[in-house]
Amino acid sequence: MVLDSKTPQGPLAEKWNKYKFDLKLVNPSNKRKFTVIVVGTGLAGASAAASLAELGYNVKAFCYQDSPRRAHSIAAQGGINAAKNYQNDGDSVYRLFYDTIKGGDYRSRESNVHRLAEESVNIIDQCVAQGVPFAREYGGLLDNRSFGGAQVSRTFYARGQTGQQLLLGAYSALNRQINLDKVEMYNRHEMLDLVMVDGKAQGIVTRDLISGEIESFAGHAVLLCTGGYGNVFYLSTNAMGCNATAIWRAHKKGAFFANPCYTQIHPTCIPVTGDYQSKLTLMSESLRNDGRVWVPKTKELAEQVRKGQVKPGDIKEDDRDYFLERKYPSFGNLVPRDVASRNAKEACDDGKGVGTTGKAVYLDFADAIHRLGKDAVQAKYGNLFDMYYQITDENPYEMPMRIYPAVHYTMGGLWVDYNLMTTVPGLYALGECNFSDHGANRLGASALMQGLADGYFVIPYTLGDYLAGIGPKPVDTSHPAFAQTKKDITDRINKFLAMKGTKTLDEYHRDLGLIMWEYCGMARNEAGLLKAKGLIQALKVDFWKNAIVLGENEEMNMSLEKAGRVADFIELGELMVDDALNRKESCGGHFREESQTEEGEAKRDDENFAYVAAWKFKGENTPSELHKEDLIFENVKLTQRSYK
Amino acid sequence: MSGNMNLTLKVWRQKNAADKGQFVTYKAADISPEMSFLEMLDVVNERLVKGTQDPIHFDHDCREGICGACSLYINGRPHGPKQAITTCQLHMRSFHDGEIITIEPWRATAFPVIKDLAVDRSAFERIQQAGGFISVNTGGVPDANEIPISKVISDEAFNSATCISCGACVAACKNASASLFVSAKISQLALLPQGQPERYRRAQAMVAQMDKEGFGNCTNTGACEIECPKEISLTNINRMRRDFYNAKFFKEEEIN
Amino acid sequence: MGSLSKAFSSTLGRKLIMGLTGLFLSLFLVIHLVGNLQLFKDDGGKAFNEYSYFMTHFLPIKIVSYVLYISIILHAVYALIITARNKKARTVQYAQYNGAANSSWNSRNMGILGTIILLFLVIHMKSFWAEYHWGGLPYVQYEMKLDNPNVVKITQLPFNGKELVHAEYVDVQNQTEVVVAKDLYLIVKDSFSEAWYVILYVLSMIALGFHLYHGFQSGFQTLGFDHVKYKPIIDFVGLWVFSIIIPAVFAAMPIYMYFAQ
Repeated sequence: MVLDSKTPQGPLAEKWNKYKFDLKLVNPSNKRKFTVIVVGTGLAGASAAASLAELGYNVKAFCYQDSPRRAHSIAAQGGINAAKNYQNDGDSVYRLFYDTIKGGDYRSRESNVHRLAEESVNIIDQCVAQGVPFAREYGGLLDNRSFGGAQVSRTFYARGQTGQQLLLGAYSALNRQINLDKVEMYNRHEMLDLVMVDGKAQGIVTRDLISGEIESFAGHAVLLCTGGYGNVFYLSTNAMGCNATAIWRAHKKGAFFANPCYTQIHPTCIPVTGDYQSKLTLMSESLRNDGRVWVPKTKELAEQVRKGQVKPGDIKEDDRDYFLERKYPSFGNLVPRDVASRNAKEACDDGKGVGTTGKAVYLDFADAIHRLGKDAVQAKYGNLFDMYYQITDENPYEMPMRIYPAVHYTMGGLWVDYNLMTTVPGLYALGECNFSDHGANRLGASALMQGLADGYFVIPYTLGDYLAGIGPKPVDTSHPAFAQTKKDITDRINKFLAMKGTKTLDEYHRDLGLIMWEYCGMARNEAGLLKAKGLIQALKVDFWKNAIVLGENEEMNMSLEKAGRVADFIELGELMVDDALNRKESCGGHFREESQTEEGEAKRDDENFAYVAAWKFKGENTPSELHKEDLIFENVKLTQRSYK
Repeated sequence: MSGNMNLTLKVWRQKNAADKGQFVTYKAADISPEMSFLEMLDVVNERLVKGTQDPIHFDHDCREGICGACSLYINGRPHGPKQAITTCQLHMRSFHDGEIITIEPWRATAFPVIKDLAVDRSAFERIQQAGGFISVNTGGVPDANEIPISKVISDEAFNSATCISCGACVAACKNASASLFVSAKISQLALLPQGQPERYRRAQAMVAQMDKEGFGNCTNTGACEIECPKEISLTNINRMRRDFYNAKFFKEEEIN
Repeated sequence: MGSLSKAFSSTLGRKLIMGLTGLFLSLFLVIHLVGNLQLFKDDGGKAFNEYSYFMTHFLPIKIVSYVLYISIILHAVYALIITARNKKARTVQYAQYNGAANSSWNSRNMGILGTIILLFLVIHMKSFWAEYHWGGLPYVQYEMKLDNPNVVKITQLPFNGKELVHAEYVDVQNQTEVVVAKDLYLIVKDSFSEAWYVILYVLSMIALGFHLYHGFQSGFQTLGFDHVKYKPIIDFVGLWVFSIIIPAVFAAMPIYMYFAQ
């Protein structure tokens, strides 16, 4: 199958406008004859559901949480980018587009990214109109800050909880439509499969997480807005419930999965303290503006630190290795996320890590406190320091913070065309669960932007085109495909419930995470990936043999919920490894050890890998099929990143 | 598992909404003080599962204090003994070795127990659906900087907007009143210029829904403010009252 | 239901009634206290009895007194309605409840405090208010020299089956001012000679103090009055005037009279 991205022709800046005009429209009186299913109600899902309902479509929205407001979009701290140029510092749509393409290490589609930059300005207007309390200047206008190494101040923020405030805005718009009976909201419902009728997505099968009831719902189109799959790694900054089941089931029903190995690993997270650790907490990377990253110079010294024989404050300057400053004199501690993360892991793998587990490096504010004073540091980072203290019981004003990288975001996801439609007609993917806009690495403050752009300003146009094409023929769940899918799911659940082995689901999940982190994390090589593939396959076999699943279907059953999710994570993990094996270049968030410069830095291979790797599911235990969408850069010149 | 704390947990177990429920005592041995409270429960659950016993069900998701899903009533207080944090941010070092810890679900008629420690907070959803929004459609809105808003007002609106809908206010209140939650939601929009057109409609609609859900009366004990993980102020409740009285006694727009 | 009655049957509306009546009752306490200060006068109860007459016969005050009775009833009835709803809002109680960690004891026990005060009010009104109106109290005659009003001659006029009439006149012949008044002072004095009554009174005033410590500022909050600049003043007045000074002075009266006899 040739992947048709449906990228419009014409000059970059005019593509989207022109395309919007070319799209077919649904007659206003016909809109109420269409039903749209939205799965996941974070930023992308809530904004899409609300916007589509406003247009007059009937929307059925689903989320596994007890409220859409709890979706993990809520945890984004830093902010949201928009090319408003309110600061008069030279920002523009083109500059945001350019930064995003470059930040993604030239592995994203120009047309999509430009559209994202164009819509960014509308997002801010929309959110303010909804009552989102963005930070303001004393003059009453919106404040901006520079974020993630950007050269302009284009990031809008709401203290340290921009994600929560934006989600509450989208959620309020959604609530309004629920109140108007245009959206039927199904909380605590998990999508377990996609229903296909005549080759088109036409519904979903869900499990009511309270009663266990397996239900099916029909719609003219299905929008997946289910977020990323970082929890494949077990430990990540994702919420505990974040899972890949919806997109993985869709993948198995025919949606191609693009760039599954593209994972973003964030450098400034609070380290693991023990094997009971359930998740990792991210701290804003703004900390690296003033904090200095170091480890003890020798393994012996590090060993003493780990044992608590030596306190970090007592280590002499000469015995410290400020490795980022040493290796990257011009960027120092402000190197991009992937570089900082990789170097921290290297230092720890080298035996120089600190903390009881040895999996941490220091982020030291002693110099900043000395230079700026404690008050100034507190004013800038007070809440982050408090958060750190809360979790670790260590006072970062007195001793250096310990940080370690953690999986944070997945750039890969379901392949979508310019309309955000997957390879399955009628099935769309929005937000983090699609692959579209961030290439191999996402810039800070861009995730919120993409989720909202997709939901508020892209899907309302592009979905209409598809619906106008299929016409308002009623759909319901009477088609045999619904009964069949429901039966498949019931069988699968019964299979899970019959599993009375010896190993818990968390143990499998943790094992999978360790494999992924070790061999398919920041740095990979062929031998490791091959090993990982074998390990995952063995894990999968063992899972279906030895896992324990408790309880019954007709109740709230976290064991059963977890079983389905872990089973899907294992399969997705294998695909991620396949993708990582295939991509023999270093790019963006990941480092392929076989592809490095003489100085040991990431070396991209544009000659051979300037494409999107989209994988087609070919059946259980059958290798997936690789399809390539070549990335064509008409507007930007590809350059190699350097932070020396 | 590493750790040297040995605890006794008295946990409310209830199979479903119809079940009567009871306390069950568990020994939690070898707990590390570095664990979060929920990780401690994870460890207990892992051991239960190994013994093929049904794990303790509780709501949780982000585990960093922002999603508002976690909801445990620990030793007589919502979110446990410390202030300004959620249960997921509570660590075992806040307890001492040998301690008996009582864990209960939020108790309120409007928050029926679903299973064990998980409760149904959909009443909060319906209250927000009743009017917790500004009626603007996507697109067609003015430029964001066309509405200057005083920083003081904006910051105050933000303070109200930090509410995470966890329900600790209801759990803490001896009357199971939802006033702090509802008023925080009303306040955020009442303070901002964008919220003015629907200000009095919203206050009436949300209060009416709050009453319909069966929450108790606010008697100004202030417990909610103390227990709120986001330190939402009682001022919000008074602001809600002003808007409500204003709407009911001085405005013509009538919402049931 | 009319829109106003709907407003008052909401949780906020009901609390508004509590707040308004509560604050009105607090205001009344001040007036009551000022009047009762006459008890401390060493004039054989003349000022007190005159004050009692004024309070029961001056028309505007009479109207206000009906508002007062209604307020007491409304305050108590709505307390019941509100408490009933609060109980319904949590039918399953916590096994372990640490209310002290987040709220004051009195704020959580306004109902108990209020009940004590209500019981006290019943006894109090039975002893004095009902006696005054229908108890067939004796009268007392005060005679004061016109040139020296401090010299008073008191004559008890025992009740002999027929109610006398309140009178104030100047006896030109004797150069005296004469006041004939219902002798409420007498039964006050009698009551406060009983130790148990004094104790009851004092305990009730302690309850009143705690009730008002929360109630006064809470009443303002319920009205929606809350301002960063004025709230501290309300809290200050609530604490010092309404929960300490007023109950203390009220309590001082029976103690004073008990020991003065």
